[in-house]
Amino acid sequence: MANTDALRTPVIARPGADASIEPRLKRIWETAPGFVGALCSVDHKSIGKRYLVTAFAFLVAGGLEAALMRLQLARPDQSLLTPDQYNQLFTMHGVTMIFLYALPVLSGFSNFLWPLILGSRDMAFPRLNAFSYWVFLLAGIFLYSSFPLGRAPDAGWFNYVPYSSLPYNPGINIDVYALGMVLLGVSTTVGSTNFIVSVIRTRAPGMSINRVPILIWGTLTASVGNIFAVPAVTLAFILLWMDRRLGTHFFDPGAGGQPLLWQHLFWMFGHPWVYAIVLPAMGIVSDALPTFCRRPLVGYTLVALSTVTTMVLGFGVWVHHMFATGLPPVSLSFFSAASFVIVIPSAVAVFAWLATIWTGRPQFRTPFLFFAGFVMVFVIGGVSGFMTASVPVDRQLTDTYFVVAHLHYVLIGINVFPVVGGIYYWFPKFTGRMMSERLGKWSFWTMFVGFNIGFFPMHILGLLGMPRRIYTYPEGMGWGPINMIVTLGAYLFALGVLLFLIDVWRSRRHGAAAGPNPWDAPSLEWATASPPPVYNFAVIPSVASRYPLWEDRMKGHTGSSELAEGMLLDDGRETIGTSGLDAEPDVILRMPGDSAAPLLLACALAIVFIGLLMQSWWVVGFAVFASLVATIAWLWPEPALGQTMDIARG
Amino acid sequence: MKRARCGSALVLCIAPLVADAAEPMSYLRTFGPAGDPVTRLGWGLGIVALAVCAIVGVLLLAGMLPRVRPPLGRRELAVRDDSGGTSWIYIGVGISTLVLLACAIWTMATIAAVAMPAQASETTVQISAAQWWWNVRYLNRDPSRIFTTANEIHIPVGRPVRFELESRDVIHSFWIPRLAGKIDVIPGQTNTLWLQADAPGTYRGQCGEYCGAQHAHMAMWVVADEPRDYIAWSERQLRPAAPPASEALERGQQAFVANCGACHSIRGTPAGGILGPDLTHLMSRGTIAAGLLRNTPGNLAAWIADSQALKPGSRMPSMAIAGNELSAIVSYLQTLQ
Repeated sequence: MANTDALRTPVIARPGADASIEPRLKRIWETAPGFVGALCSVDHKSIGKRYLVTAFAFLVAGGLEAALMRLQLARPDQSLLTPDQYNQLFTMHGVTMIFLYALPVLSGFSNFLWPLILGSRDMAFPRLNAFSYWVFLLAGIFLYSSFPLGRAPDAGWFNYVPYSSLPYNPGINIDVYALGMVLLGVSTTVGSTNFIVSVIRTRAPGMSINRVPILIWGTLTASVGNIFAVPAVTLAFILLWMDRRLGTHFFDPGAGGQPLLWQHLFWMFGHPWVYAIVLPAMGIVSDALPTFCRRPLVGYTLVALSTVTTMVLGFGVWVHHMFATGLPPVSLSFFSAASFVIVIPSAVAVFAWLATIWTGRPQFRTPFLFFAGFVMVFVIGGVSGFMTASVPVDRQLTDTYFVVAHLHYVLIGINVFPVVGGIYYWFPKFTGRMMSERLGKWSFWTMFVGFNIGFFPMHILGLLGMPRRIYTYPEGMGWGPINMIVTLGAYLFALGVLLFLIDVWRSRRHGAAAGPNPWDAPSLEWATASPPPVYNFAVIPSVASRYPLWEDRMKGHTGSSELAEGMLLDDGRETIGTSGLDAEPDVILRMPGDSAAPLLLACALAIVFIGLLMQSWWVVGFAVFASLVATIAWLWPEPALGQTMDIARG
Repeated sequence: MKRARCGSALVLCIAPLVADAAEPMSYLRTFGPAGDPVTRLGWGLGIVALAVCAIVGVLLLAGMLPRVRPPLGRRELAVRDDSGGTSWIYIGVGISTLVLLACAIWTMATIAAVAMPAQASETTVQISAAQWWWNVRYLNRDPSRIFTTANEIHIPVGRPVRFELESRDVIHSFWIPRLAGKIDVIPGQTNTLWLQADAPGTYRGQCGEYCGAQHAHMAMWVVADEPRDYIAWSERQLRPAAPPASEALERGQQAFVANCGACHSIRGTPAGGILGPDLTHLMSRGTIAAGLLRNTPGNLAAWIADSQALKPGSRMPSMAIAGNELSAIVSYLQTLQ
């Protein structure tokens, strides 16, 4: 990589003094106009926005599915939906929310924000970034492809064998799910790799690892977790598909296979995944809440460490989804204890937020409301999780509506509330315009009240013994009136989400102009214009503290960040590569330009999976060949991308 | 019957919901030693959980209350130091850890307390779960004293009963909430469970693991009888079905054997199918179709003629049987006391 002939010292420039810099950078980084240009774009900001919009589209789809289910369950013995329809709806609702909304929406934030927060010009692998999005989009469409045929996946998102194996589920429903999940795993894996390398290599000079915002810690932790967790589920789905279509017997108890093997593989993935979809969202709160408390986060180091600890422990608790499977008491005790222990790092974060609010001066803007509401909902979801950590109690609670309540408090509480708050917070950065405070407050209170009316009573339903995943229930169980309340609350919550979406739609054209830093926030993304120019920063900033934009006002800070003057790097698309811990600059990274290859490879890969679904080996063979061609085109050597060593370190 | 209902204000809010007859699946109160220690632990953890929510809620609201302080300037920070405030974390996490430790110890003690019954069980019931009903077989060392029934399990009051759980197809979960927590029924392995009811009565149960189209209609009943009644019940169950007492009933039996015998058994007749529930003493059961319908002649006829409308996807086909034949079958079934 380091070619000694090409040693080069970056030019240090001051764009304020030279008006020719910014137009030149714009020409270098700009995406070609038009539709084709957009398809080829590798700009992290476009990709981030695409992730956000696509994830919200899936959120709406999953929400409509839930709305139908809640109508069916509002009263006993209703027959609005057939059992088959209900079972497909609850399966697709789970699949959509967990896989197609919750992680992708966070990837959207991270993709848009990371290079801005890190003071870089793009992610480490821009083309991989585009590829990751396209595969996600195509996998999402793939997973929905059998929905219009009435053959959507119908064995629950957890997809237990043998119910999901061929004798009990002969249609294509489960094949769509199995193959779609393997395809989606490709997107998650490359996306995670990109995040990990980006944080290690592309931070602004001086942004040592203990100066990155908590959102970075959250996404980094989630990404490392995904790298370890996704292979388990990919393996599980490949084995299942082989059982179904190639005649193997991994999960077939009649031929010596093991149904519990599925559960172990699935939950070894499934539980870390839960942390992957909440830790970045907790990071959003840890970074944005302090802005509205007018002080830095309390206990930065403890919160960062607790983020990592949560994920490490998260790999040791998967059996708590299997407390009723008849495992021996000794192993149950171990996993029960581990599940209690994982409360501790969450408690660190909660007390850090409480202390931040107490010792700061809360400013009651819309994002603050969402974050403060989140803290309450997070605690309710946390303590119901603590109850299910106790093996004997869980053997009553599991597979009842108590768990439905718990997981919605966790996923809506810890994902949706911070995400909506995060959109209110960063919308000015995304678009250059503010969202409406008035509509925002209406939206928050509708969502918060609707959410609690809709989901809190589910705890009581669970305690009254209502099982999950039933398409109807008889009278005389005492569940009817509570279900009616739940349905009304859920619709109120949906109304709140609708208000939010209306606000987004309206504000993107008609919101007040925001300026670079409307909230007076401390991190680097607020140092550049809103919306940011295509090259992010005219010169690479160098960072001397955790709060670059607040440091003139902080007590006893040493050194100062330099935002107005820095490395220019304008010989093609370039950014600076820095060392892993201390962020010492050590290489000029030459970034690839826009390319159609990621989209073509994603399409070819999707066709491979369509061929597998149809069991048309010709299609598979053709598409594998097309994938190889696209990969070669992608990796074709470009002299302009030869990396050069920066000798100006130190 | 006098299980501790812990008295706190929040419990009182929920207590009206604990009315017995109205919520047959509620496990806020349990009725036997396999469930009671768990129920106490559940209430304990629930109260801790509610207390934590209350404390955090109060701290959160109090932290946001306006306090008398000079207003902040436009670009002013409230705190210009990022090292303070950590005592919140140390104290909060320290207290949480102690509470967690106590709860973990209580949990381990409860696991031990409900692992085994205090006395050995004399009765073993083998449950085979199937889509979407429960086959119930009373085991005995003497093979002539083994009998089979479905969906309604009688047990003697005050005695532990051991259950061996097997699945004929997919994963189900055996759950009688008022007696004990659930245990999954997994093909290829035999899980075990013990139950004991301290009060006579009927305890409803339902499949706890999603198992397909009719997961919602896979209920069962545990009937706890006084030991004397239990013995009488099991003696009746051991007998084969009484022979038809009239020519009309004879015709009904023949029609049953011809139409239903491939799947259903009636001991003492040529009907010996094992795919569906054993109907030898059908009329001793309160419900049919795994708890879906009360066991009345009208419901029986409707179920036979149109099971797919009542329980779509059920393994029982809607039988195209002529009206007179159907009523002959139903009349015959009425004799299976």
